[in-house]
Amino acid sequence: MTVEPVMDDPRDQFPIGMRVLAVDDDPTCLFFLETLLRRCKYHVTTTNQAVAALRLLRENKDKFDLVISDVYMPDMDGFKLLELVGLEMDLPVIMLSGNGDTKLVMKGITHGACDYLLKPVRIEELKNIWQHVIRKKKFDPKDSNNSGNQDNPHCGTAEGGIVSAGALLDQNGKLNKRRKDQNEDEDEENDENGHDDSSTQKKPRVVWSVDLHRKFVAAVHQMGIDKAVPKKILDLMNVEKLTRENVASHLQKYRLYLKRLNSIVNQQANMAAALGGTDASYLRMGSLNGLENFHTLNGSEQFHNSAFRSFPPSGLLGRLNTPAGLGMRGLPSSGMTQLGHTQNSSGSTIDQVNFQQVILPGSHNGSVLQGMPTALELDPHMNGVTHARELSTAIDNRTVFPISSGFPDAKVTIGSSSNSLLGVTNNTLMLEQNRQGAQGGIVFGNQSPVSVASLNSEFPSPLMDHNRLNDNWSNAAQSSGIHSNPFPLNDCFKQPILHHNNLQDNMSTMALRIGSNRCDVSSVTSVSPQLQDIRAGIECQANLINSINDQISNHAPLQEWDDHNQDGYYRSNVMGSSINSMIPVNGAVCPTAQGLEPKNTMFLANMDFNSTGQSNFIDTLYLKDDQVNKSAAEASLKLKQGLLMDQRKPQGSHISSSFGSLEDIVGAMVKEEQDKVTLIEGDLGCDTYSLRTCI
Amino acid sequence: MERNQMHRQVSVMRQSLFDQGYLDEQFIQLEELQDDANPNFVEEVVTLYYRDSSRLILSIDQALERNPLDFNKLDTYMHQFKGSSTSIGAKKVKAECTQFREYCKVGNGEGCMRTFQQAKKEYTILKRKLEAYFQQARQSGPSETACRPRN
Repeated sequence: MTVEPVMDDPRDQFPIGMRVLAVDDDPTCLFFLETLLRRCKYHVTTTNQAVAALRLLRENKDKFDLVISDVYMPDMDGFKLLELVGLEMDLPVIMLSGNGDTKLVMKGITHGACDYLLKPVRIEELKNIWQHVIRKKKFDPKDSNNSGNQDNPHCGTAEGGIVSAGALLDQNGKLNKRRKDQNEDEDEENDENGHDDSSTQKKPRVVWSVDLHRKFVAAVHQMGIDKAVPKKILDLMNVEKLTRENVASHLQKYRLYLKRLNSIVNQQANMAAALGGTDASYLRMGSLNGLENFHTLNGSEQFHNSAFRSFPPSGLLGRLNTPAGLGMRGLPSSGMTQLGHTQNSSGSTIDQVNFQQVILPGSHNGSVLQGMPTALELDPHMNGVTHARELSTAIDNRTVFPISSGFPDAKVTIGSSSNSLLGVTNNTLMLEQNRQGAQGGIVFGNQSPVSVASLNSEFPSPLMDHNRLNDNWSNAAQSSGIHSNPFPLNDCFKQPILHHNNLQDNMSTMALRIGSNRCDVSSVTSVSPQLQDIRAGIECQANLINSINDQISNHAPLQEWDDHNQDGYYRSNVMGSSINSMIPVNGAVCPTAQGLEPKNTMFLANMDFNSTGQSNFIDTLYLKDDQVNKSAAEASLKLKQGLLMDQRKPQGSHISSSFGSLEDIVGAMVKEEQDKVTLIEGDLGCDTYSLRTCI
Repeated sequence: MERNQMHRQVSVMRQSLFDQGYLDEQFIQLEELQDDANPNFVEEVVTLYYRDSSRLILSIDQALERNPLDFNKLDTYMHQFKGSSTSIGAKKVKAECTQFREYCKVGNGEGCMRTFQQAKKEYTILKRKLEAYFQQARQSGPSETACRPRN
């Protein structure tokens, strides 16, 4: 009954024998579906639990060709599963539901479903689902000669919404941005043209491990998310056996993810750390681990399934640095506990982003508040807590940037946006300025994806630096509260938490509010941040995130801020514009140091400077649980935001750090109102475009 | 002779289920799936349905006893119940489910309860009819059930 080429090899008798995984919590429906599929001569595996399905898929990536899943399931949202599968395994997923609402269908598409069927499903519909597998295969990167594909503008996943030809670079390596922009998120069907390969060819699937993803993100950021082209990325990554097509398809997804993040961020207008306090401004750099936890950011707290899939490799550490860490002056024990981001149900290797930013009120004059995201629990309902997810392996940049802010009024800005982004946690650097002028701003961006283990080791030193720097500060703000369960990064960072006396209560509220879909804008507003800025920041964030991701992975710890650095940063009112990617100074940070005086400026990838002098944090990105779960391996944004804002003038600069907690971007963007803020950006490159655009 | 009669009886029973609106085309889909490899598919599915949905019905009943009513939860249950009923082609049950969800949306608890009672009634009636039908079909031989008269 099905149309299939007849060949000897059963595998070649595609679509006969196509391996389908069916997921539906309703046994009646499942049984019915199974029978239908068998009637189509597919090879069917069923499960009534999404969690079990994920486990099956993860066990052996090559075991299935297609996944069909119900939308409403008790243990996990179908959309989340959809995203996870798409990200982790890159398999076509078909959604099933009794509800055919346009909105739902749209949601399915944006989450990457390649089809959406209504129950009760007819056998005729199932007879053709094999086309999705072919389509995906054709457009997937292939190792063999696929010159034809490159020209195909529609190469890409067949999933709806990810039709961006742009991702595919043509032979020249030019990124077809235009096409990408046009097509992205459109539900287009790709035409299969120009494919000479046999559709039945089985290609080894490329697994985007945490490590791999980190490299990818690093490469992308190095070039700039907008300028990234698969060919160059491939070269930069320098990984064997990776083809341009692999990279292209991954890039496509990454972009989609970022876009989604961005929109979510915008929705929520999370402000990483709108510090009400005028004084404390701290940067929170959230560095998201590169793993792309593409969690679909749902406006609603929950991350869709898309929560980044947990990457098999050591889960993702998502660190969310919630700006909450800011120790605002006024803040009582700020305890900005960030979101403890616990991995979602995916329960997979997803690292949990447990960052809890602990903000200890600093007793110093300018207590710098540092939100150390120790364990962020991302609850969908989290308020603005940014959790930075650290991808365990991917991130090693410690975006710990000591920020010395010599602001007299120690503003603490907490910018941590922990988006529900998958996994990625941004390092939120909380830069706090000493009111007294003691700089000691400690900002550390969490470097997200550093493997936890490495993080631990890495951070301590930066922390040290911070400590030194901040004479006044009690603790060096430490970034990254991210740590996956396995590694308690927090420990490292606990100490450095800087309290910022100046921080106002607002800030605390602000800081905390990051991420969760509800942007606690209200709290932020109290701080007087401009929401708009934040919003803008958020938009920028998306861009930034991209850049940040890259950056994050490479950040070198920010240099310590000298005490002299007064301008360091952060205004309390920094409204964290969600800058996802505060691109931590990858390497660039260091250079900036030179530019800056002893102060090391951490650049924020997304620094938004408000002319109003408020620092904005964008920390809207919060990782949703699901997202956090997403395996960092995937392109989660590893935002490592090591934003160092070097502000010359204490008051002037606002550093906005935005955390793109999208996925893992937790960058606290501290916006520096003043130009003072010296972003290293010049050197950073990545942030240049991102930041500036935001402003 | 007798066999033919039995076959005819089964056929009549079956037709009346459709005519009276107890079953819809989905049931036919089920029947189509039944073949030599799956000789009792339809009955299996229906049995599965009744077994699984009884739990669901119990949950709904319990939820309806709460005060105040949690309409979201009720809606979720009903969504599932409706889904399975749809899968076997239980037309009347499905209609009641739809009505129930409408009431849920507007928060009409009274309407919900009424509708649900109705749904349960239909559910039970269908169950009995199908049981009788299957029994008859089994007695008269498999060929009867497998061949569906085209309407």
